[in-house]
Amino acid sequence: MDTENKIQQELISKFPYLDGKVKVQRVRRIFIEAEEANFFEVFEYLINSAGFVHLCTITGLDEGAAFGVIYHLSEKTGIVVNIKISISKEKPVLKTITPYFPGAEIYERELTDLLGLEIDTLPPGSRYPLPDDWPHDEFPLRKDWKPKEPKPEENKNA
Amino acid sequence: MRENKKFRIPIGPQHPALKEPESFSVALKGEKIKGVDVRLGYNHRGIEKACEQRTYVQDVYLIERICGICSHTHSTCFVQAVEEIAGLAVPKRALYIRTIIGELERVHSHYLWLGVAGHEIGFDTLLMYSWRDREVVMDVLAMLTGNRVNYGINCIGGVRRDIDEAQITEVLKAIDILEERTKYYIDVATQETTIIKRLSGVGMLTREEALRLGAVGPTARASGIDYDIRQKDPYAAYAELEFDVITDNHCDVYGRTVVRLKELMQSYRIIRQALKKMPQGPISVRAPRKIPAGEAISRYEAPRGEDVHYVKSNGTEQPERVKVRAPTLANIRTVKYMLRDRYLADMPIVIAAIDPCFSCTDRVVALNNSLTKKREVMEWQKLRSYSIEWYKKQGIDFTKLNKKLSSI
Repeated sequence: MDTENKIQQELISKFPYLDGKVKVQRVRRIFIEAEEANFFEVFEYLINSAGFVHLCTITGLDEGAAFGVIYHLSEKTGIVVNIKISISKEKPVLKTITPYFPGAEIYERELTDLLGLEIDTLPPGSRYPLPDDWPHDEFPLRKDWKPKEPKPEENKNA
Repeated sequence: MRENKKFRIPIGPQHPALKEPESFSVALKGEKIKGVDVRLGYNHRGIEKACEQRTYVQDVYLIERICGICSHTHSTCFVQAVEEIAGLAVPKRALYIRTIIGELERVHSHYLWLGVAGHEIGFDTLLMYSWRDREVVMDVLAMLTGNRVNYGINCIGGVRRDIDEAQITEVLKAIDILEERTKYYIDVATQETTIIKRLSGVGMLTREEALRLGAVGPTARASGIDYDIRQKDPYAAYAELEFDVITDNHCDVYGRTVVRLKELMQSYRIIRQALKKMPQGPISVRAPRKIPAGEAISRYEAPRGEDVHYVKSNGTEQPERVKVRAPTLANIRTVKYMLRDRYLADMPIVIAAIDPCFSCTDRVVALNNSLTKKREVMEWQKLRSYSIEWYKKQGIDFTKLNKKLSSI
């Protein structure tokens, strides 16, 4: 746990606003709650100075009042840092992280399709993972979205 | 003017060369690939949303069905996250059993891959041989869990079936056979000129690019990246077992073949140790129906690379959010890079070399006898001998050939 605690202390001394927002949950697991405005500062520090060069994935959450976005980063000794930010539902726009991780494009497209977050800005490309004819105002992972019962198939031979 | 013209051809989502639905739009100049657009999502079934509407116990079985090949991968990854949130101390014996099943799964997955790779380069003898040998591990999995795929061995808090002494003897016997065969395949892959020439320099992915694009698993390890979740972020019983992380510096499809074959040898090593060191004791602890509020991220080294599950609970019987990132999604981006300026003919093997996941399952056949109107169930062993007899009646007898093959 020494390395994890060291990372925690370094983060707090470098960014005082993270005091009380960095939690070492268990060995190799660190959770950070950051403000959207400070996100890139912390993110860049983790990549460039703390060695978190691998993006595991991005998780999107519908938390009622706001959207939550968690970036899961890992480094060579196996520690995973989870940085969470909140995005307001009135203006669900998120800055892309593809300049840092080109592989993040597919995870960001997933946020767009399933939660309706707008990504500023992704290169043109096909949507993922929903079909092309999926309605543009329906986002399945939002809590107010409920799956519809499929219509019973008509027996054409009857 | 004509020389500058590029042709764009669509491949997929349904295409004879593809084993699962995905769509590629390939820009060609002559025979050379100038750009590839990939469209995925044809297999999207809304499992993450479905998990939110079911209980944790139901989710274990639902999540196991994400993939027909690495089903144990997903169920283990999920239960690990739930157990972490609930603070369950899973018995050691259960962790060892999870490890053993996990490694057997890797063995069958890598054998399967070897066959597919052989098929994609027109070496169908290799497909026939490796898939015949794969049956040995499939039978072992069926003996231990009751199923060839979707083993259903995990539950929250442990495993559902124990392994007894007689089964251990059977597993060890099977491992000996498989090890012998793997040595033969390593010889084939490293000495057979046609394989070496066909795979070398194809689908190049440098170490820097693999890091930049976030490649995982054998794809990354064949580009010299020494990263294996089993060693870096140990789960189940891996922290107590000895094994080497296999890497290779060829950075091409050849390297990926060598990495997978050598990993098989490490899997046998792990299984033998685990069977020996497995402590006696209970195989599960009782898990509460309601999981306290919390969150956890769990990682697992699937046969194809790092599998990530994030679980958030809210104190009820149903999870608030389940997020799954399977290894192929991390690797698919490297395909675009690997194919640039390569020949169209390399496309099938380059795509196959990241081992994209497709599912297979076949188990029990239920028969309705039209004469007696009775319903009969034909089990795997019976079905197998029935088919052998049926072919014999048609004049097709493999007995001699099987004897000959097993002496190779």
